Amino acid sequence: MHDSGEVHIPIGPQHPSLKEPESFLITLRGEKITAVNIKIGYNHRGIEKACEERTYIQDMYLIERICGICSHSHSTCFVQAVEEIAGLQVPPRALYIRTLVAELERVHSHLLWLGVAGHEVGFDTLLMYAWRDREVVMNLLASLTGNRVNYAINTIGGVRRDVSANTLEEAASAADILEERTKYYIGIVTTETTLINRLSGVGKLSPQDALRLGAVGPTARASGIARDVRADDPYAAYAELKFKVVTDNSCDVYGRTVVRLKELLESISLIRQVIKNLPDGPIAVKAPRRIPAGEAVSRYEAPRGEDLHYVRANATDKPDRVKFRPPTLANVQAVAHMLQDRYLADLPIVVAAIDPCFSCTDRLLSLDRGGQIEKTVLTWEQLRQSSIEHYQREGIDFSALNKKLADKM
Amino acid sequence: MVKELFQLFVFPGVLFLFVFGLSAEFIDRKLCARLQNRVGPPWFQPLADFIKLLAKEEVVPEEADVSVFKLMPVLALSASITAFLYIPLSAQSAIYSFNGDVIVVLYLLTMPTLAYFLGGWYSRSVYAMIGAVRSLNQLFAYEVPFFLAILASALLANTWSLSGMAAFYSAHPGYWLFNLLGFAVALLSLLGKLEKVPFDIPEAETEIVAGVFTEYGARFLAFLRMSMNVEMAVGSSLLAAVFLPFGLRLGLAGGFILYLVKVFFIIALISLARTAVARLRLDQMINLCWKFLAPLAFAQVLLNLIIKGVIAR
Repeated sequence: MHDSGEVHIPIGPQHPSLKEPESFLITLRGEKITAVNIKIGYNHRGIEKACEERTYIQDMYLIERICGICSHSHSTCFVQAVEEIAGLQVPPRALYIRTLVAELERVHSHLLWLGVAGHEVGFDTLLMYAWRDREVVMNLLASLTGNRVNYAINTIGGVRRDVSANTLEEAASAADILEERTKYYIGIVTTETTLINRLSGVGKLSPQDALRLGAVGPTARASGIARDVRADDPYAAYAELKFKVVTDNSCDVYGRTVVRLKELLESISLIRQVIKNLPDGPIAVKAPRRIPAGEAVSRYEAPRGEDLHYVRANATDKPDRVKFRPPTLANVQAVAHMLQDRYLADLPIVVAAIDPCFSCTDRLLSLDRGGQIEKTVLTWEQLRQSSIEHYQREGIDFSALNKKLADKM
Repeated sequence: MVKELFQLFVFPGVLFLFVFGLSAEFIDRKLCARLQNRVGPPWFQPLADFIKLLAKEEVVPEEADVSVFKLMPVLALSASITAFLYIPLSAQSAIYSFNGDVIVVLYLLTMPTLAYFLGGWYSRSVYAMIGAVRSLNQLFAYEVPFFLAILASALLANTWSLSGMAAFYSAHPGYWLFNLLGFAVALLSLLGKLEKVPFDIPEAETEIVAGVFTEYGARFLAFLRMSMNVEMAVGSSLLAAVFLPFGLRLGLAGGFILYLVKVFFIIALISLARTAVARLRLDQMINLCWKFLAPLAFAQVLLNLIIKGVIAR
């Protein structure tokens, strides 16, 4: 507490409203927020670097694990880039299956978000109901791909598993249940007074600001900006399917909720179209182990917004460089703006309304302290050596074991 | 002497209230869970939680004022237990009563909130301090409609004693129906007093962790939670005595069962309210209390004054 009457409260890195470690240092005057200091980087895992050390096939599974919710988004985005470099023609059936999994993933992600949003404003009943109904789509994904999350359906040149007629029937009946439930939630969100009170007018982001701060996905669409990679730059089977880009002009958290709920209906209609029009044929083409030299950028509309992957190949079986720009990295800039002059009580829902995924977003941070600290760049070998020395100082020494291993080989 | 000790410590004193408070917590939690499509806890869960908390290691924050920090849970618990002694349960009179005890009960029921405030403030954690300030802010909002609603009922009975009110309403059956508006206002204010959704602003988990309770653990937390439970039981009993004063001549067993039914009905209404809505913001809560609840309570006072005038004639 300071004499100025301002209080600093840390939301994170560990806090009940955050599902992943991230730091929001809030300056409060009474209940009003006067400043927000967002620090990312608590969840950095060095996946981009790790990708350079692994083959394309291994990378696919690693990239799938960037995020637990939009795992298919990342792997598809990466695979599309690699296929572009290698010049592979993916069979249409594979594209349709990718689209099917992508839309099911969007349904499960948006239902998950709805539950989290309910919890952030203290409406736990909504959380329980939304997550119960999310089980329908999770079970469907499990029977479709074998996994509830990290579906591992993609491979370079197509998909790994075909879908049977039985599963398609299951998907069609699941779509009916989901449509009914979604309509129920639209009813709740648009009529429940306490919920509307907590959502509308909160976290305002004008269309100009949305463009200026580079917002993507439902965050941008709720500010009236019809931006959707599926429509703007169609990939997979989206060019052949009919859907509407849902927008809303209320520019607040309420708008973001409505956009996501209406997108659920669009996704369910897309799922039905895929089931109806699924073409016959092979599900994959053979991909070379070594990808020819070249580079590609691939875009994908993840549930949270535009995902962007850059891949540079150097004619080996490992990529030369991989770079991700997940949707949260684009949206997180807008959060500080949305929180200006809001109440502390609005913070959790405003942060949650961009549907943040910090494990997608976290990057290596380099603090600029006015040149007081000398920066050095270590090579891979130097880094390895320094970690071996660090553990030797701690009394952990593997050199004897390493020597034994080397002798055996 | 033995009778008094029995009344203080066994029935309807400390022991009964402990069991009653734990049952109230269980019913609230189980009903809430079933309404939210969950399984919910087994019947002994509140007791198990209480015992487990008693066994935990005590941690007092370094910055905290040790004596206040330790005293407040006990103060909160004893205040809500004391309030219970003046509330008539099944019969027309409570164990202790005097003209003016309704004011004392309302005052004693305010004590826990003040204790939470002091405990939170002196634990010197930002979350607890914000929670403390919020609970005090909220107190000023719900207390006025709560007092007015209960006093309106007392006004009609023309007595300031809860036992006197019980006697009046059993002598004039059907009169309690005039107070239904006041009952609704008092029930909503009680939600604020018990810090339940939509008024759980002082302990909003997603904003300030556990508010006032953030730094509390072990037996202090056990006592705080127990005082919350007892407050819920006592608050519901107060509402049952003031607004649902019928069937008070059923004898000991029948009257007691009817009393339990009334209290659990009120607790069920609380659970229903907290599963059906989202948490309000502090400014919205204060607006609601001053713009809607307080005028409605005033309307009840006015209505009762008019009815009284008609009766007197």
